[in-house]
Amino acid sequence: MSITIDQISKTFGRFHALRDVALDIPEGKLTALLGPSGSGKTTLLRIIAGLESSDSGRILFGGEDVSNLHVRDRNIGFVFQHYALFRHLTVAENIAFGLESLPRKQRPSKAEIRQRVEKLLEMIQLPQLADRYPAQLSGGQKQRVALARALATQPRILLLDEPFGALDAKVRKDLRRWLRALHDEFHFTSIFVTHDQEEALELSDQVVVMSQGQVEQVNTPTELYAKPESRFVFDFLGHVNVLSGAVKNQKLAQGDAWVSLPGHRSEQEAQLYLRPHEVHLARAPSVHARLPLRIDAVSLIGSEVRIELVPEGWHSEEIWEIGMSHNEFAQQNPSRGELWFAVPDVGHLFSGDNSQPKTVDWQYAEAANACNM
Amino acid sequence: MDTGHRRVGDQPWVRRTLIGIALLVALFMLVIPVVVIFAEAFSAGWSTFAGNVTDEYTVHAIGLTLFVAALTVPLNLVFGTALAWSVTRFRFPGRKLLITLIDIPFAVSPVIAGLLYLLLYGRNGWLGGWLASHDVQLMFSWPGIVMVTVFVTCPFVARELIPLMQQQGSEEEEAGVVLGASGWRIFRKITLPNIKWALIYGVVLTNARAVGEFGAVSVVSGNVRGETNTLPLHVELLYQDYNVVGAFASASLLAAIAMLTLVVKAFVEWRQSRPIVSTPEKEVS
Repeated sequence: MSITIDQISKTFGRFHALRDVALDIPEGKLTALLGPSGSGKTTLLRIIAGLESSDSGRILFGGEDVSNLHVRDRNIGFVFQHYALFRHLTVAENIAFGLESLPRKQRPSKAEIRQRVEKLLEMIQLPQLADRYPAQLSGGQKQRVALARALATQPRILLLDEPFGALDAKVRKDLRRWLRALHDEFHFTSIFVTHDQEEALELSDQVVVMSQGQVEQVNTPTELYAKPESRFVFDFLGHVNVLSGAVKNQKLAQGDAWVSLPGHRSEQEAQLYLRPHEVHLARAPSVHARLPLRIDAVSLIGSEVRIELVPEGWHSEEIWEIGMSHNEFAQQNPSRGELWFAVPDVGHLFSGDNSQPKTVDWQYAEAANACNM
Repeated sequence: MDTGHRRVGDQPWVRRTLIGIALLVALFMLVIPVVVIFAEAFSAGWSTFAGNVTDEYTVHAIGLTLFVAALTVPLNLVFGTALAWSVTRFRFPGRKLLITLIDIPFAVSPVIAGLLYLLLYGRNGWLGGWLASHDVQLMFSWPGIVMVTVFVTCPFVARELIPLMQQQGSEEEEAGVVLGASGWRIFRKITLPNIKWALIYGVVLTNARAVGEFGAVSVVSGNVRGETNTLPLHVELLYQDYNVVGAFASASLLAAIAMLTLVVKAFVEWRQSRPIVSTPEKEVS
């Protein structure tokens, strides 16, 4: 069942939690609401669920306006951030709660409920814990029980609020994979809220990036990472290296650093955004860029070597990060305290107030130059 | 030398002195007075005690006291639960003020509370005059006693529940609504089990105070023997009549109720501190 969010606004006192949010959540897909805390993502989720009312706008489930429908009647599954398991009921009783709350006419018989609960317990791989109380479960187990409880009434929509926030890294990874598999099997429409970009990119079919109560960008994880449409999305998804300065004579310059911008005629303040994998290190400046940096730290853990650098003779608000393969690292052997030059391959230029970036590709330019010669 | 490991006050003489003082104070201020109550009550023998306790006026005082408690406790149970629910589950203007107002009965001397009620509902009071013209008499009769007792004890249940309900939050109830449960079902199946022991604790305290209240009741009751005399007032009357043994006999009844309350309170506290892990371990195959 698809969900349409139509011009939803919400204020808490003077705080604008959501401003005219419009969004389409496709049927059967796993959508992530991603944003920093205070961006309005949880509020939006709670409004979709009906736990919170919006000041204006409508929520539609499969084209039907449910804005005035009580939470009780929306037939959604909701997994709370801290699970919210009923502490005085056993695991089995927790899972059965939704079924037992159904109006008498729709309520399955006791035997049927027991059967359904058993099935769900199998699904979450915890049949041996049916008679335990929530206090006796680990975080991961609680999360599974919360999911089983939410799915017991077979909702068509599943909403999850920071589902993995309170778990440790290992359990989180396992559960993520498990949730993905579960979703692929049952195909309900799911929305989950997260502030973890990695989680959003890995788990979802569609990511909605939110900031200050507004939707910044909606796209598939791959597209989103490759083509961020605003500075905010750029900053929020992964590390980014920034050179901010003034453009003059087709060159972006600040202090001792400059980068050539072939064909860039307008002259104004601009920022060049570079992902760690879009830059490489060299002993000497290249033809199109001079970015002197001193190595501050080298991190060898992981599939890539991560090098942290501090600008030399120019200024950057955050440190620079450049990734290289272990192979390259072994050949070049950059070490702490040395002066190196960053050479950008591809970059994204934000100039003036223009929020859409322009992609600059030096590799392509060099190749073209080489052909012309 | 291992003096470096000693914390301040770890020396044996400090420990012994402190424990000794605590025990002495408890002995002279708490234990001996309680023992004396019973010793005095029985000083003229069992039969006198029985006679004192079965005295017509004493029996009436016992009855009235229990009657007042029986009305006060349920009233405050409902009021306290509703109050705690509203201030912890809803956000509304004046909420903080309301939480502060709950404590007024703690802050105000009971005698003043009694006087206020007398001024308000007495024959010459603002509302009392109007009530009197409709033949309703609240002061100097049992409704007045119940009213001031409710006033004096109204924070107990709410005060017990509010911190607990704040700490537990409303997520479980929200989960219940999302799962389609009705308001009543949520209260019965989720809220009530979660607050049960705090509620009982509040009731025990309310009951203890309702039975023992003296100041406020003495102002509004009028001390009519056999009519508006509660047990604490009766003790005072007997004492003023130089019937010391009789006074202590009635006092011993109050002390007995108090000790029963303590036992129940201790049990509830013990229950509350226990985590909810009471299922028999099932064999996992």
